[in-house]
Amino acid sequence: MLLQVDGLRKTFGRRVAVDGVGFALDVGEIVGFLGPNGAGKTTTMRMIAGYLEPDEGAARVFNIDVAQDRRRAQERVGYLPEGAPLYGEMTPWTFLRFVAEARGMTREAARHAVRRAAQDARLGDTIDQPIDTLSKGYRRRVGLAAALLHDPMLLILDEPTDGLDPNQRHAVRDLIRRLGEERGLIISTHSLEEVEAVCTRAIVIDQGRVVADKTPAELRDEHGTLERAFEALTRGEERA
Amino acid sequence: MKKRPGVSSMLAVYRRELLSYLTTPTAYVFVAVFLFAIGLFTFQVGGLFEARRAELMAFFAFHPWIFMVFLPAVAMRLWAEESRSGALELLMTLPAPTWALVLGKFLAAWTVAGAALVLTFPLWVTINILGAADNAAIFTAYIASFLMAGAYLAIGSAMSALTPAQVVAFVLAVIVAFLLTALGLPMVMDFFSGFVGGGVAEAMGRFSLLHHFDAAQRGVLEFRSIFYFVSLIGLFLGFTALAVDARRGG
Repeated sequence: MLLQVDGLRKTFGRRVAVDGVGFALDVGEIVGFLGPNGAGKTTTMRMIAGYLEPDEGAARVFNIDVAQDRRRAQERVGYLPEGAPLYGEMTPWTFLRFVAEARGMTREAARHAVRRAAQDARLGDTIDQPIDTLSKGYRRRVGLAAALLHDPMLLILDEPTDGLDPNQRHAVRDLIRRLGEERGLIISTHSLEEVEAVCTRAIVIDQGRVVADKTPAELRDEHGTLERAFEALTRGEERA
Repeated sequence: MKKRPGVSSMLAVYRRELLSYLTTPTAYVFVAVFLFAIGLFTFQVGGLFEARRAELMAFFAFHPWIFMVFLPAVAMRLWAEESRSGALELLMTLPAPTWALVLGKFLAAWTVAGAALVLTFPLWVTINILGAADNAAIFTAYIASFLMAGAYLAIGSAMSALTPAQVVAFVLAVIVAFLLTALGLPMVMDFFSGFVGGGVAEAMGRFSLLHHFDAAQRGVLEFRSIFYFVSLIGLFLGFTALAVDARRGG
């Protein structure tokens, strides 16, 4: 099993952000995380990526417990944080070289990996421009390239198409589909259309819990449309 | 194919951090202000030329006081900026041990401080032209000053890891640095000896940066002073690592 998540729980002060999330993921699956803002999607992804430690439960990547053996698990995970934070004064080339070398690659291996990832993420001519001068779409692609550098089997992408224009979104979705053929992917999104377009499975999260874990087609059959499924499953919680 | 785990991460972080110092104007401004301040103090307050001696005591004597403000300014962005921009999440999801991140960043800041010290070389040249200087003593004082700079930077690094606001990190670091420096002032020791007795006040004074730098600036760098500076660096970098790791707990 590529990823096994059991009973993940995380609280911040008195607020329960994630409350017993569990699911499994195999190669070839592209899972869409759906849910209102504050439902616990990002916190769950952060725990799988090893940025946060769970209060209870465990995430296992290739049977390696992320909290127990963080670095070994992280070697196998590619992660795009929400908003794709980057170092603006660097160019994609120097930035990706940094990430590759910080991941322990030799200079030669890093150069090779950066070239491949830049190609996969279609960075094109922007590779030598300061990141601060790039459009949102290209910045997102740089973040994607950084997640792909070490050719991980598991990719966790937090809102990979958020804030992109339709063309950019289309390009990123193509990339996600391509990557999903021989890897496992989790993407979080607010776009139901995106779930239909790329995901093989949809996990709906509400108030820190998994309220549905089905294929997009099953959700549609049960509720008519994905919009209605989303509304019915996450009903009425407008929270701060 | 891999180097020792962590070392290559540390070097990558070091190079990136140093590059970031070199490509943003702040480091240049800080170094320029440092050089200006040290010149001002050395000549105007210390009266280097008036002393008519071929030595740099008037120069080194001000290092603790200038470092106390200058180095927290260099170190304040190390971690605060990462948490503000969100890049901390990127760093902490790399398969790198926390010490590699902490050390890489610290060494980059220390390199900037070292460069600032090296840029004071015209003073050393001048003093050698004016008379027969004790260059061994001057060299020793430089080494001590560099070690002391490391201690101030480690304090700055620890405070920077506590907050996403650079200004808060700076103020905290100056306060901690001031306390650790001023404990060695006779005035402060006298003040404390009124409460805790002369012996305790003097013992506290021995824990000050000033105490350990005092002998060194005269050209005597004792092992225990080296040990003291290195321990302070280790202590505050340890704090930094703890504070960074504590983020994972949420």
